[in-house]
Amino acid sequence: MDLRYSEAEEAFRLELREWLGQVLPKLPPKPSPLDWPARRAYDTAWQKMLFDAGYAGIDWPVEGGGRAASPVEHLIYLEELETAHAPYVGVNFVGLLHAGPTIVVEGTTEQRARFLPPILRGDEVWCQGFSEPGAGSDLASLRTKAVRDGDEYVVTGQKIWTSHAEVADYCELLVRTGDDDSRHRGITWLAMPMDRPGIDFRPLRTIAGSTEFGELFLDGVRVPVANRIGDENDGWRVTMVTLSFERGTAFVSEVLESMEILRDLRRLAARTGSWSDPEVRRRVGHLGAELDALWALARRNVSQAARTGVPGVGGSVYKLGLSELRQRIGELGMDLIGSAGLSWDDLDGVDGAGPLGNAELVNVWVHGFSRTIAAGTSQIQRNIIAERILGLPKG
Amino acid sequence: MDFELSDDEAALADGIRSLCRGRFSLDRIRAAEDAGGHVDAGGWTEMADAGVFSLQVPEAAGGIGLGLAAAAVVFEELGRALVPGPLLATHLAAGIVDGAADGKVVVGAVRRPGGPAASATAAPVLVPHLPDLGALVMVGEDELTVADAGELNQIGAVALERSLDPLTPLWRIGRLPAGRRIGGPDEARDWRRRQCVLAGAVLVGLATGAMELAVAYAKQREQFGRPIGSFQAVKHLCADMLVAAETARAAVHAAAVTSDEPDVGDPERSAAGAGLLAAEAALRNGKTSIQVHGGMGFTWEVPAHLYLMRARVLADTIGPLDDLARRVAELY
Repeated sequence: MDLRYSEAEEAFRLELREWLGQVLPKLPPKPSPLDWPARRAYDTAWQKMLFDAGYAGIDWPVEGGGRAASPVEHLIYLEELETAHAPYVGVNFVGLLHAGPTIVVEGTTEQRARFLPPILRGDEVWCQGFSEPGAGSDLASLRTKAVRDGDEYVVTGQKIWTSHAEVADYCELLVRTGDDDSRHRGITWLAMPMDRPGIDFRPLRTIAGSTEFGELFLDGVRVPVANRIGDENDGWRVTMVTLSFERGTAFVSEVLESMEILRDLRRLAARTGSWSDPEVRRRVGHLGAELDALWALARRNVSQAARTGVPGVGGSVYKLGLSELRQRIGELGMDLIGSAGLSWDDLDGVDGAGPLGNAELVNVWVHGFSRTIAAGTSQIQRNIIAERILGLPKG
Repeated sequence: MDFELSDDEAALADGIRSLCRGRFSLDRIRAAEDAGGHVDAGGWTEMADAGVFSLQVPEAAGGIGLGLAAAAVVFEELGRALVPGPLLATHLAAGIVDGAADGKVVVGAVRRPGGPAASATAAPVLVPHLPDLGALVMVGEDELTVADAGELNQIGAVALERSLDPLTPLWRIGRLPAGRRIGGPDEARDWRRRQCVLAGAVLVGLATGAMELAVAYAKQREQFGRPIGSFQAVKHLCADMLVAAETARAAVHAAAVTSDEPDVGDPERSAAGAGLLAAEAALRNGKTSIQVHGGMGFTWEVPAHLYLMRARVLADTIGPLDDLARRVAELY
């Protein structure tokens, strides 16, 4: 067991840190979270900067146009970006982390040449059309229908939880091409252009008041067969391929961000006097110990991926632990700010709210509820752990 | 950076595991309950021969010269197999107390309360395995002292009839012997930190053993015509046990590596956090294992309770747990 980075890894870190130090001060101010066109412009400009500096597609293979960094270098990359408060992947999320990696492995030469460079350069934005109102945790029950008509598929159905669809150029879409009851044997993966007639998007308002995702209504949308990734009815396997890109680095930024929030809470408690309360110190320390443990677990998962080349099941353990921990950090924040937590308005000066004001802490708390649902609910994670790691029988 | 076990560490774990299977099978451990939990001299010698005590003693002093990381791997296996006796204290005393490293002397350890209020406290001093001990290390705030067998014979100890963990028999003494000073503040702090990490390793082993017992039962026990492990209510209990054990294991390993190489982190903070999470994992998994076993879990026949009771013993050596949490907070 070795937690020391090699000379080459440290050199990679220093080079990246130096670059971040040069470019981050030049970034324009962050746009309003409600202004999606401005968010797209901001996030894609950042992606272009990463591309020009050779950091785009850090974990993608060289044949996909990526940097093919090792899992450990990828971890360092995420650690440095988080520590330097660099912009998040934002609207580039689906392209860089889902659709792109899938096309790298499953796309034809033409498809790779068409779709991958614009993702890496930040020219094209993707959204995800996987979940449906009737197909959430049970994704294989999806019903959005695609019927072949010449060299096109005609797609009709409804998707949900589609993030930043209003600014996306393409949608990675899972459709039913097999019989109604074919489940995972009758699914096809399509790259749907978002400018086609028949696409309607209705944003959903979250309990935080934000519009981060919505419903996608598809009514006879024509998608070229040339945009099919993989074979017809082979979309389930194609989708699972993306998982092989997961190298223990998912949610790494979140654990580091959570550590920073906890340090802020410690400072807040010191300023307001609640630090003298032994119970507050106990809670801060307990959360701190858990975050340290998850950071250790992240490094273990990455080490495992580096050795075996395949993702470990440790990802579920990590995701489950972190998402539930994050909620308790949110609760501590709310407890510490008292009545200032009753409003989203920035009550600067109230309780001397520092680097994180009351509005941010309310956000941490409220957004915590999405973390145990998105990307596989905590209940599904427990099923995965019990069945795939512990070998308990399926129910 | 490669935080997986090295080949040597994996081989070390394998070696200890097969030693435990041969010498400390669950059947033998259960049979030792009838012997009152006396330290088994033959088993102790085998432990010594396997290097359990001399692991961290420098090679120049006749030891194996490995670090706390290797020791953590070993003690996790010892915990998983429920091996009884003051293994941890003897390991920590190796190189400080003569005879500990080669298994000739069984060494115990107790906390010596510090400060002027210490003598007035009513809390009884309980010493595990007292008649088997050739020396007792007393860990104070600012010093380490040791009492030898001669001194221990004169302290007028009273055997307790029943101890919570049947394999950790206890003796009550009125006051600790004066002993001989073997270390100052640095040595005392060092002992406490290493004890916290290695107790954490034992606790991770206990958490894992309790989980393995419950999972095996959940696969085999049928109700409503199917294994109870196919029901999500039981499945999720098992999943939570794995999450607790694996998270604590990562924390203990990180704390051990950080203790060996202090510039990769904060040794004090990671040790306190690791001890805390490992103790909670073992207490939680011990409790959950009893629950998964249903009525049989509440019987003496099923060994589920042994993991929980041993966890209490280990948690007591590093606790109170709330203090560990506050220690992390102060260093955060």
